[in-house]
Amino acid sequence: MSSDLLDCVYRVQTPEGIDINLRLAGVWSRSVAWIIDLFIRGVFYLFIYFLTIRLGSFGTGLMLIGFFMVEWFYPVFFEVLNRGMTPGKKLFNIQVLNSDGTPVGWSPSVLRNLLRTVDFLPFFYGFGFIAMLMNDRFQRLGDLAADTVVVYQHRNKTVQTVAEQLAIKPAYPLNLKEQQDIIHYAERASQLSNERLTELAKILNPLDVPEHHMTKEKLLGIANGLLGRK
Amino acid sequence: MKQTEFEKQHHLFWQELEEKLSLNLKSPANRENSQPPKEKRQRRILQDVDLGEHFPEHYRLLCHHLSLARSRHYSPLLVERLEQLVIASHQLFYQRKTHFLESFLIYFTADFASAVREHWRWIIISGVLFFGTFFSMLITLQYYPDMVYTVISGEQIANMESMYDPSQDKIGRGRDSGSDFEMFGFYIFNNTGIGLKTFASGLLFGVGAVFTLLFNGLTIGGVAGYLSYIGYGSTFWPFVSGHSALELTAIVLSGAAGLKLGFSILSPGRKTRLRSLRDSAAEAVFMMYGVAAMFVGAAFVEAYWSSMADIPSLLKYIVGMVNWILLIAYFVFAGRQRAVR
Repeated sequence: MSSDLLDCVYRVQTPEGIDINLRLAGVWSRSVAWIIDLFIRGVFYLFIYFLTIRLGSFGTGLMLIGFFMVEWFYPVFFEVLNRGMTPGKKLFNIQVLNSDGTPVGWSPSVLRNLLRTVDFLPFFYGFGFIAMLMNDRFQRLGDLAADTVVVYQHRNKTVQTVAEQLAIKPAYPLNLKEQQDIIHYAERASQLSNERLTELAKILNPLDVPEHHMTKEKLLGIANGLLGRK
Repeated sequence: MKQTEFEKQHHLFWQELEEKLSLNLKSPANRENSQPPKEKRQRRILQDVDLGEHFPEHYRLLCHHLSLARSRHYSPLLVERLEQLVIASHQLFYQRKTHFLESFLIYFTADFASAVREHWRWIIISGVLFFGTFFSMLITLQYYPDMVYTVISGEQIANMESMYDPSQDKIGRGRDSGSDFEMFGFYIFNNTGIGLKTFASGLLFGVGAVFTLLFNGLTIGGVAGYLSYIGYGSTFWPFVSGHSALELTAIVLSGAAGLKLGFSILSPGRKTRLRSLRDSAAEAVFMMYGVAAMFVGAAFVEAYWSSMADIPSLLKYIVGMVNWILLIAYFVFAGRQRAVR
């Protein structure tokens, strides 16, 4: 891990023997998700209030039970039944998982949400904040005890393909890193402007020798060749 | 094998799997320009059926593809695409199915009681803290009744005096207005919340749990002692006897769970502190389900049984004793066979 200390990637090995890289959610996105959840919870409270207010004292009892459920179990229900995402988390595309990358179940979810009380101390998530900054997985105290992590759920990108083009053989052999960079460049070509692509290609021209100039077309051609097209 | 060839071979398989995992349905970009909603719903039902049969094979094949793509240094985007597929499948594959009713029954007939028995040391400590302060306060107040003002404010005492005045027809906390159900809701909201907080605050090296136990012992002992001293015992004791078993035990148990949590960090034994915390937290929260249920049960008894004023005190004392005996018998005997197995 020493090489990517500053990265928020959390690596999990699955029973199939492969590593998957999860991207950990930081303080900011989790806080804002929490604030959104706070508003939604407020809506729930209002809803329960207006639903039960006409039922007299029976309604008051119902309201208090409803408030109790929302206060303690609002996150639990969503996390367990909606793949680790409360509405606020869903908006930010983050989800709660067990630290082994599997979906969170009842016990861990109940635990991490009960311990929210302590994370909230001494005021406004003070302990939780300190805990999150003190470990490499951004876990607050509840997460540490329940062994859960909050990660970004990937956005489903459209599949990028390299535009078909006549393959070009590079003038000299490229090492692995260079090959990968060129392929990555070609894959991202559709997302970048023409000017930027030309600009990037120019970086490869340290000497002003016109016949060795690397151009965008040349790079895309080489990428096609590297991918095995003819 | 070059990347293009590899993609050509497996492209359809990945695409199919992606569709099955309904990744495409979920992303907002694709949601707008897809088929009408009815068709979509039908397709999703079909996918659920499809996923079951060959999903394990497909998942393993997918993992194989990912590791091939990595070891052959295929392009980052391809690797990422496969990785996202693996992550989504992994979550689906390893999700745990809970048989709610079955585990619910087993929990309350056996597992809860064994969990409580297992933690008897913590329960004794917690019980001594709570009942120790409770009884010392109760007894002290018989000789120095003014001591009650050190733990309870004058306003609250006046309030209590009016509640348990023997000349009233309805007794109990705030019974002037409101139906039994309203009080049921209030007891759940208030008492269960306090119990859950007692547990959670144990994480602060046990300090929170100790504090709550002592505080509850002092105030409850204060109320009981003071009311007995001024001669309102004849309304107070019958009122509380019915739900005392469930409620006081639940307070002690939530304190015990909190203490366990705190001391797992203070004294982790041969484990690391984090490891020790995780293990005890899982055990403690397992006990807390039952404790929460006990608080709800106590709220029910308190709201519906304890508040009935026209029942003779003797009957209330008998019911209270029976409740204690039943509860202790439950914790001593329930689930022993299962635990042995």
